[in-house]
Amino acid sequence: MYRIRMHGRGGQGTKTAARILGSALFAQGFEVQDAPRYGAERRGAPMDSTVRAARTPIYERGAIARPDLVVVADETLVAVPAARVLEGIDAHAVLLLRSGTPGEVWQQRLRIDGPVLTLSDLPEAASATRFVGAACAGAAARLVPGVSREALVGAMGSELAGMSGSLRARSLEAGLAAWDAMAAHAGCVREGPEPSPGGTRPDWIDLPLDEARVAAPDVHAALTSVQVRTGLWRTMRPVIDPDHCKRCHWLCGSLCPDGAISVDPEGSVVIDYDHCKGCMICVVICPPHAIHAVPEARACEEGEGSR
Amino acid sequence: MTRELLTGNGAAAWGARLANVDYVPAFPITPQTEIIERLGAWFESGEAPGRMVTFESEHSMITAAGAAAATGVRVFTATSSQGLLYGMEMLYTVAGWRAPFVLVNVSRGLATPVTLESDHDDVLAARDCGFLQIHCATCQEVLDGVLLAYRLAEHERVRLPAIVNLDGFHLSFTREPVEIPAPEVARRFLPDFDPGAIRFRASKPISQAVAVLGGGPYSYFRYEMHRAAEEALAVYDEVEEGLARELGRRMPVVEAYRIEDAEIAFVMIGSFATKAMAAVDRLRESGVRVGLVRPRLLRPWPGDALRRALARVRGVCVIDQNLSLGRGGVLYAELAASLYGRPDAPVLVSFVGGLGGRDICPEEFFEMASVTREAVASGRAPEPRLLYTARELREVRKLQSVALAERHETAPGASRRGGR
Repeated sequence: MYRIRMHGRGGQGTKTAARILGSALFAQGFEVQDAPRYGAERRGAPMDSTVRAARTPIYERGAIARPDLVVVADETLVAVPAARVLEGIDAHAVLLLRSGTPGEVWQQRLRIDGPVLTLSDLPEAASATRFVGAACAGAAARLVPGVSREALVGAMGSELAGMSGSLRARSLEAGLAAWDAMAAHAGCVREGPEPSPGGTRPDWIDLPLDEARVAAPDVHAALTSVQVRTGLWRTMRPVIDPDHCKRCHWLCGSLCPDGAISVDPEGSVVIDYDHCKGCMICVVICPPHAIHAVPEARACEEGEGSR
Repeated sequence: MTRELLTGNGAAAWGARLANVDYVPAFPITPQTEIIERLGAWFESGEAPGRMVTFESEHSMITAAGAAAATGVRVFTATSSQGLLYGMEMLYTVAGWRAPFVLVNVSRGLATPVTLESDHDDVLAARDCGFLQIHCATCQEVLDGVLLAYRLAEHERVRLPAIVNLDGFHLSFTREPVEIPAPEVARRFLPDFDPGAIRFRASKPISQAVAVLGGGPYSYFRYEMHRAAEEALAVYDEVEEGLARELGRRMPVVEAYRIEDAEIAFVMIGSFATKAMAAVDRLRESGVRVGLVRPRLLRPWPGDALRRALARVRGVCVIDQNLSLGRGGVLYAELAASLYGRPDAPVLVSFVGGLGGRDICPEEFFEMASVTREAVASGRAPEPRLLYTARELREVRKLQSVALAERHETAPGASRRGGR
């Protein structure tokens, strides 16, 4: 059985990527199971999807503990412990990161024995972030043995049927570009061993009886939301152009659902990037169009919007 | 045979569509909402002829379902978790109206603490209300189960509403290959509802579900519901024969997997039972004679079929994805009652696991089999165990240490540290 895990942030199309890959494998005659996993649905929060494919009916379910392929749509997730991107990766597993940094660098940085591949965004596609899911699906389809280009095209057609024609065409373009980019590694994913009895035994414990004041799920401190750096959830960053900003902050500031926009003592409008989730409401609402949406990865590199 | 990839929610919606449901009272809740979204879209586009009404709560939704069923139309509704419990008063009430309909419950753990992920505490809280309960392990079973539930619930010897249960996430959002029967095939298995005397009309008012004083009439009506639920066991077998004939798939009241020569058996319900099947295959490869016994019907309780399926095993490992607080696993207690007094009854070992979506990994199935075999060898069952690892407790302790620090900081008289 092939076991594939795809990590991304809510809104990047990682659920759809798994469905595209699942449909492509199904079209090739595999038994398939695909599923997304997330908490309360929210844009930018870490989530993952799984795809299992086998020649016999699939009984396994849930999280994939020992993946054969891990696809990471957003390299910033590697540093987020809760995303558990690297969990269960051993020497046989292929790690594919959407990143401009070479695979060898990642391999050393993360101390990974197995192959680490990277997928760069198409340079000409300024809005490449809109097609991340499609690109990840295209790349993954090339890496798993037994998926044809036709099956990928067919799967993208059926899974993206709800999109407008032009968006679908650009998704397909992104998916096929990623497929082409992975040519040197075509079919490199290998099935891992099946779990078998006699291995590691579960480290079960007996739960102690704790005092009720300890065992009640309470959070005691006020303002805990300040502690959570929800800015990590962003895939796009709103950046204010001070030359065009009319200082009418009551619009963007009061419509910001996270109260992340304020005015500094000099009267300039400032965005708190530690807590801005990247919903882009301010971008849409700004009357003089003085706020621009910049892909987060590029904004990080170029320091855009930094104070 | 054409199959397509369908989520459990999609399969539930297809079941309702193929049942030609007339009326769907609805209220959204994660992880169920996709079911009513799909049905709503089909009704809107005209691909299916039903009508949908959205309500302000599950309490009203279930009342409307019962009221509509009392007019003799075919009714479908769906909910999950807190929603099922919010409608609990009406679950008991409408079951007594003896007007059948089907409710799909997408299992999700109950507050407190709040979770979105699956366990069976929600549906098991409704186990005594008079609804029949069919529990599914695959997306295919969800589709077939909805059709089967209508046949069972509408049968003139039963006439009770039915719950079809599927696990949140592990079925609701998980796509698997599902064969969608052609409408004419589904119709052969499930023709239009013949409601007989169930024909409430506003123009011809009757007093339905009246109050009774004195225990005599009350006991009669309640026990008649119990008799009808028990009768559903016999009816189930007839209906399941029909399903096999028309749809070519079997859904026996108790699923027995590789049980013929088994020394021990896993017993569980829901989608994690397929994980147990995978573990059975692996364990068999290494020479352990193990099988799986899975009751599909939980209400009525298929005691005889379970006793037959477990007739030759020496040890039973019951895995409850639920917790009756202050008692333990529900399946364990119910199975123990069914096996009590039987000569050579197998040793019963109780595990509680998979609460709130917590995974049960292959190594845990292997270990549970090993513990059960030891219990058979010694003739003594160990204490019930929660599947919980040292690592999980360490993670909880980390969270608690944060909460504890906060408690000290926020205690009256504590000096406030400066903000950022």
